[in-house]
Amino acid sequence: MDPQLEAFLRQVLVGLSIGCYLALIALGYTMVYGIVELINFAHGDLFTFGFFISLTIWGLFDVPTPLEGAWILALPAIAIVVILLSGGLNVVIERVAYRPLRGASKLAPLITAVGMSFMLEAIFAYIWGANQINYPRFIPTTNFLNDFSRIIRFTPRDILLFGVTIPAMIGLTLFIDRTRLGKAMRAAAQDREAAAMMGINVNRIIAITFFIGGGLAGVAGMVYGLYTGSGRFIMGFEFGLFAFTAAVLGGIGNIRGAVLGAFIIGMVQAMSDLYIGGEWSRVIIFSLLILMLVFRPSGILGSTTSVEKV
Amino acid sequence: MSALISRWRSIPRWAQLVILAAVVIFVPPVINIVERQTGFGLLTQVNRALIYVSLALGLNIVVGFAGLLDLGYAAFFAIGAYTFGILTWPSLRLDFSFFIAIWVCVLVAALFGMLIGAPTLRLRGDYLAIVTLAFGEIIPPLVRNLDNITIRIGDLVLVESFNLTNGPLGMKPLGRPNFGIVESIAGLSPGQLDPGVNPTFWYFIIVILVLVVLSASRRFEDSRIGRAWRAIREDETAARFMGVNTVRVKLLAFAFGASFSGLAGAVFASMLGAIFPELFRFQVSVFLLIIVILSGAGSVWGVLIGGLLISTFDGVLLAQIMPSIFPNSDVQSLRWVFFGIGLIAVMLFRPQGLFGHLGQRQRASQPVKEAAHGDAA
Repeated sequence: MDPQLEAFLRQVLVGLSIGCYLALIALGYTMVYGIVELINFAHGDLFTFGFFISLTIWGLFDVPTPLEGAWILALPAIAIVVILLSGGLNVVIERVAYRPLRGASKLAPLITAVGMSFMLEAIFAYIWGANQINYPRFIPTTNFLNDFSRIIRFTPRDILLFGVTIPAMIGLTLFIDRTRLGKAMRAAAQDREAAAMMGINVNRIIAITFFIGGGLAGVAGMVYGLYTGSGRFIMGFEFGLFAFTAAVLGGIGNIRGAVLGAFIIGMVQAMSDLYIGGEWSRVIIFSLLILMLVFRPSGILGSTTSVEKV
Repeated sequence: MSALISRWRSIPRWAQLVILAAVVIFVPPVINIVERQTGFGLLTQVNRALIYVSLALGLNIVVGFAGLLDLGYAAFFAIGAYTFGILTWPSLRLDFSFFIAIWVCVLVAALFGMLIGAPTLRLRGDYLAIVTLAFGEIIPPLVRNLDNITIRIGDLVLVESFNLTNGPLGMKPLGRPNFGIVESIAGLSPGQLDPGVNPTFWYFIIVILVLVVLSASRRFEDSRIGRAWRAIREDETAARFMGVNTVRVKLLAFAFGASFSGLAGAVFASMLGAIFPELFRFQVSVFLLIIVILSGAGSVWGVLIGGLLISTFDGVLLAQIMPSIFPNSDVQSLRWVFFGIGLIAVMLFRPQGLFGHLGQRQRASQPVKEAAHGDAA
C-alpha cells in the first residue's frame, strides 16, 4: 500500500480513538453547562480521578497481565465501581463548591471551579505521585490487521475503547430523549424556574446530571489507562480543555453536538500530529476554541440553551 | 486591624510618606541580617513578591475594576518578557537599552491586550474567561516553537531558519539597566551601579516599578475611566444607557491591564537574565488570580498587601521554612491544595476578599459581591 495513504489511515483510527474518550468527557461538560450554565473547570480532573482510582482498585487484587479467564469479568465490575466513585465525587464537588453560589454571578462558580481543579490535581499528585504513571497492560495489543498492514493498527484495545464509549453515548442519548428523568433534565436545561414550578426537584436533577457527567468522565479515564498504558496527574487539564472545545464546537448544551465535536477535535489532533507536527496540536486546537467562541459561540449544530443571557 | 487603619489615617500625609519611605529603604539591610542568621534566601523572594504584586495590580484592573475574568493573564507577562528578550538578546543584535526596551514592552503588551480584547468583548463573561485561557495556553508553546521560523511564498524564501525565541533552551543573557550616566555624574567608577544579580539593587528597581504601577492604579480608580469600569462591572446594560462606550472602556481595561504586566515582564526578564517558555504557564495566571480574589478584587491597597502576604507565604513559608522544620514531608507539593481551598473558601464566605475593605473609605460597594448580584440580574 502507498505509505502516505497508510499513514493517513492510521491517523484516522487514532483520531477516532481520541474522539471516543474526548466524547465521554465532553458529554459531561455539555450536560452540566446545559443545566447550570457553568463551565465546570474541574470536570477534566474526574477523568484523571477515574484513571487513578481504577489503578488503585486493580492493585487490590492479584490480577494476571494480560487479563485472562474469569478476570475479564472484572473489567465491567471495576468500571461500575469507578463510575459510582467518580460520579459521587462530582456530586460532592457540586454540593460544596457550586451550589452555594448558584444565585451569584456566573463568574463566581467558575472561579471556585478553577480552585477545585487545582486542588484536585495537587491531591492526585500527592497520593499517586507527580510523575508519569504506568497502567498495567491488561489488554493485549495484537494487531488484527497484521496481514493487511503493519502501520494501521486495530487491536483488542480498540475493541474495548469503542465497545465502552459508543454504547455509553447511545445509552445516554436514549436516556435523555426517552426517559422521564431525561425529560426532567431537558426541562431544567430549558428553564430552571419553570421546571421547578412544574414540580421538578431541580436540585436533584442537577445532582443527577453531575453524577452522570462525573461517571462518564471517570470511566473514560479508566478506559484511557487501559488503552494508552500511562497517565499523569495533570492530564485532566488538557483533556478537559480539549473536551470543552469539542462541546463548544458542537454547540454547548447539545448532546449530539458534543459527540460530533469530540470526533472533529480527535481528527484535528491526529491530522495535525501527522502533517504539521505534534508540537503545534495544542496551538491549533486552542486557536480553534478561540475562533469558535468569537465567531460562532452557538457551535455547529446550535445550542439547546437557546436564551443567551448577558 | 481597623483601629490600626484609622490610627494610620489620622497621621498627616507627609508623615505617612516619611514612614513608608523609611520602611522601604530599611527593608534590604534588615532582611540581610535575617538572611545571615537563618540561611533563607529572602530578598530574592521579596523581589519576586513585588513583581507578582505589580502583575496582580494589572490583573486587578481587568478583573477587579472592570469585572472581566481573565484566566490567561500570564500571556501578557510572557509577551512583555519575550519582547524584552528579543530587544536585548545579544544574538539578535538589536541591543536596546533597558530604559527604552521596557517602554516598548509596555506598548507591545498593550497592543496584544487590545488584539485579544477586541474580538472577545461581545462575549459573555464565562466565554471571555475561556478565550483568555486559551490565549494564555497558546503563548508558551508558540514561543517554544518560534526557534526555527521559515516563511516561504512560492519559491521566494523570506525568512529561513530564523531563531527568534531560542525555543525550549530559553534566551540568555538579557540586557540589564546601565547607569553609566549616573555613575559619571556621581563620580563613580563605571560598572559600580551595575545591578548584576545583586538582589538589593534589583529591590530598588522593582520598588520603583511597584510605585509606578501603584500610582497608576490609584489614579485610574477615581478617574472617569475608573468610574466607567465600575459601572460596566456592576451593570453593563445600565452603563450603556448612561452613555458609557462599553467597547472602548473594556478595550482600555485590557490594554492597561496588559501594559502593567508587559512592564513587569520586562523587569522580570532583566532581573532573571534568562527566560524560558515554562515560566509563563497557566499556573502563573491562576496564582495571580488567587492573589486578586483572595486579597479583594477591585481594592488597590488590598491587592498590594494581599499580594505581598500570599507571595511571601508561598515563596518563604511553604518553600523554605516549612521544609526546614519538617524535612521529611512534602509540604511544597500541597501548595495548590492550600490555594485551591483558599480560593473556594473566599468565594463562598467572603467574596469581597480578605483585605478588600482597605482603602475603601466611605464607598459602600463591595466589588465582587456587587458584581455578582449585578450580573445575575
